[in-house]
Amino acid sequence: MEIDLSQFSQVFFEESLEGLESMESELLKLDVNEPDDESINTIFRAAHSIKGGSATFGFSQVADYTHLLETLLDEIRDGRRQMTSDHQDMLLLSVDLLRNMIDALMRKVDFEDPLLAELERRFTAALAVNNANDDSHDENTVEATSNEDDANQMATWTIDFQPGIDILRCGNDPSLMFNELRLLGNLDVKIVDSTLPDFSDMDPEACYLNWQLTLVTEQTLEQIKEVFEWVEDECTINYHKKVHSPQADQASASENQETTQSDTPQQSPGTELTTTKPKAVTPAKTPEGGSIRVSIEKIDILINMVGELVITQAMLGQIGQQDSIDEESLLSMKQGLEQLASHTRDLQESVMQIRMLPISFAFNRFPRLVRDIGQQLGKKVELILKGEETELDKTVMEKIVDPMVHLVRNSLDHGLETPEVRVSKGKEEVGSITLNAFHQGGNIIIEIIDDGAGLDTELIRKKALEKGLISEDEELSEDAINQLIFKAGFSTAEAVSDLSGRGVGMDVVRRNIHELNGTIELKSTKDKGSRFTIRLPLTLAILDGQLVRVGKHTYVVPLVSIHESLQVEEQRINRISESHELIRLRDEYLPVIKVFQEFGHDADSHEIRDGLVMVVDSNNEKIGLLVDELLSQQQVVIKSLEDNYYKVPGVSGATILGDGTVALIIDIFGLVNLAGITNASEHAA
Amino acid sequence: MTQITQQEQANTDETSQQYLTFIMASEEYGVDILSVQEIRGWEATTIIPNSPSHVKGVINLRGTIVPIIDLRQRFGIETLEYGATTVVIVVKVAISSDHKIIGIVVDAVSDVFSVNNTDVRSAPDFGDDTDLGFIKGLTNAQEKMVILLDINKLLGSEILPEASQLSNLINNIDAQQPKAVNE
Repeated sequence: MEIDLSQFSQVFFEESLEGLESMESELLKLDVNEPDDESINTIFRAAHSIKGGSATFGFSQVADYTHLLETLLDEIRDGRRQMTSDHQDMLLLSVDLLRNMIDALMRKVDFEDPLLAELERRFTAALAVNNANDDSHDENTVEATSNEDDANQMATWTIDFQPGIDILRCGNDPSLMFNELRLLGNLDVKIVDSTLPDFSDMDPEACYLNWQLTLVTEQTLEQIKEVFEWVEDECTINYHKKVHSPQADQASASENQETTQSDTPQQSPGTELTTTKPKAVTPAKTPEGGSIRVSIEKIDILINMVGELVITQAMLGQIGQQDSIDEESLLSMKQGLEQLASHTRDLQESVMQIRMLPISFAFNRFPRLVRDIGQQLGKKVELILKGEETELDKTVMEKIVDPMVHLVRNSLDHGLETPEVRVSKGKEEVGSITLNAFHQGGNIIIEIIDDGAGLDTELIRKKALEKGLISEDEELSEDAINQLIFKAGFSTAEAVSDLSGRGVGMDVVRRNIHELNGTIELKSTKDKGSRFTIRLPLTLAILDGQLVRVGKHTYVVPLVSIHESLQVEEQRINRISESHELIRLRDEYLPVIKVFQEFGHDADSHEIRDGLVMVVDSNNEKIGLLVDELLSQQQVVIKSLEDNYYKVPGVSGATILGDGTVALIIDIFGLVNLAGITNASEHAA
Repeated sequence: MTQITQQEQANTDETSQQYLTFIMASEEYGVDILSVQEIRGWEATTIIPNSPSHVKGVINLRGTIVPIIDLRQRFGIETLEYGATTVVIVVKVAISSDHKIIGIVVDAVSDVFSVNNTDVRSAPDFGDDTDLGFIKGLTNAQEKMVILLDINKLLGSEILPEASQLSNLINNIDAQQPKAVNE
């Protein structure tokens, strides 16, 4: 069977990772004392398909290991074994381990981890505590192991092949397998008919026979096992090996390969512990570019729409071929163009839909995280997930996970109190963390809410003073103090733990979110809890933009950050210095950035009173931008300026307008930095 | 023309390279033809704020944003009004493992030559600090001096090497060599 399987292995990796994810979530949901049958089945199925797939692809390390899991789960599923929390822990650890194994396979490196041997031992030990009354007829006992160095050694294999009674009904013919084996070496087949029933009791379609096969070959165990791959679940197959080489002969004349898995790694336990750390500590990038699973439904919609587009194009093409255009064809051309516009818009939306995934992909990792950290800190936490079906662009999702993990860790570490403290405050012993996602306008909002202690404004103020972020005489509102945690170099944790407190926390979170064109807000009430609100665009590829004109140049300002636009009368303009001007807007004083000045070109209106001030949001602070004129609003496709040029301060990218010219997209945060305005509103207040 | 074909035939072995030459201020320059993507007429650009003066802005090249660099300004030669013959040579510049597409504005495109690598002379050393790494060498093609440019060194770094001295260099070379008439 010479089929190149490598082309399918990527699918296997993806499916396995998905399987592991569902295994993990089911395991976390599982109540150990009363395990839900459906959950156990789901976990079993995941383990089973990983095992099957990995065996097919020849990833014997994964296959052997998942086999242990499967055996254990099978027993639990059949009610032959009681699930314990120890099992649950082992299975969760296995999920991590298998993830690393698959990661190593994807990167085509060898996987080594002392945890593997340890878990194998634990599983074998758990399986060895066997229920004595268990007459395991159909139990899989394919417990043979591969010997790395047994290749190219002539060996005599004795194979006890006891097929399941239904094997013929499944369409498997043992004689075909024997023929296959014969290709591997010299085969001797002996039939064992001791289990044959009386003729009157015999079912003609059942298989009562067993075989004893003697195979002389230099092939490895894997290659032999491959022959039985499709039936090994239904059969009992024992492999015994007798090696012909001299060094193996000294070991034992007939080395029984039916040894348990714990003996597999050929090092003693001592050497295992001293072996080098697992290679896969730093998750390196996998060579594959990643892929998305798209529902057939979405694809069908797309195909429909492309069909419509082709029809419209044909119609317009016909008109285009006419030598002159009369009234009638002009009308149909206009119609066609209208259709074209609507099809294009629909098509764009549907294509964007392909990249959309439900946010549960990101949420899924949190139950585990919260459970582990909660245990580590001795805190009781309940995690509530809401709006898991909210869809989000895959790229955005990948980039938002790390900031979210950071925020959740922070909430666990700093926010939630220990059960004793909570009880003394009159709250419920179990704290809660809520992850909530929903759509609002063209944005997705992700909230991370905890009912912990809230932010300690006193402590934050003290720290900020220490770090020189604020001065002694600065009067700050509670909210303004809370915002200080987003400043670089700020961390209130007394000790640097591996959870949080490295001082690179919140400012990095804010920067990451900012890079996604998003914002983060914080509301905190003492002893009531805190709420972080992350606002993100649904996609990174398209932006709702307001076109503005400054002199001869057209710029795009992201619509999400615009509050309002207004003309400002002279008496509401305060000049602080030559370069700093403020406008009074209701009860606020806003600094104004003259776009033409920062971008170093000319404009129609040099003074604030002549032009238009656009009030925009930059990191929760309002800033005015002086522009000449507002043009249209439109969706623009974001193009990178950095691909062929370099990052330009104050510009986040470029786009191509309807007339084919290029317009630059203003990066408000960058522009504020360019203008050198810091904390402007706070100083002014 | 026949002369060129002969020359091409004589030189199409591995040691020779083909160069696209262009003219700027009566001087002829050559770039490796393999790095040239296309040649376009001048079109209006969108300026990039706070960019060096030789960066004329960006254009839309079939959906890709491509920066345009004025080579005259880059070399410190007095600038000309862009006219009908002003052309933009779009080149692919290798930058470490990546590449960037950049357009360069020149006066006019001239010719394609095969140049034998043994015929390339290194640029004279003027003894000052001027970094002329972006000059691959000098060669003669049809009795005319051609300055061969290393496009990767010329455009490959963000902080462009100071090139205004190049005009001095050219004057110096011209002084050493009788100037060829090419118009």
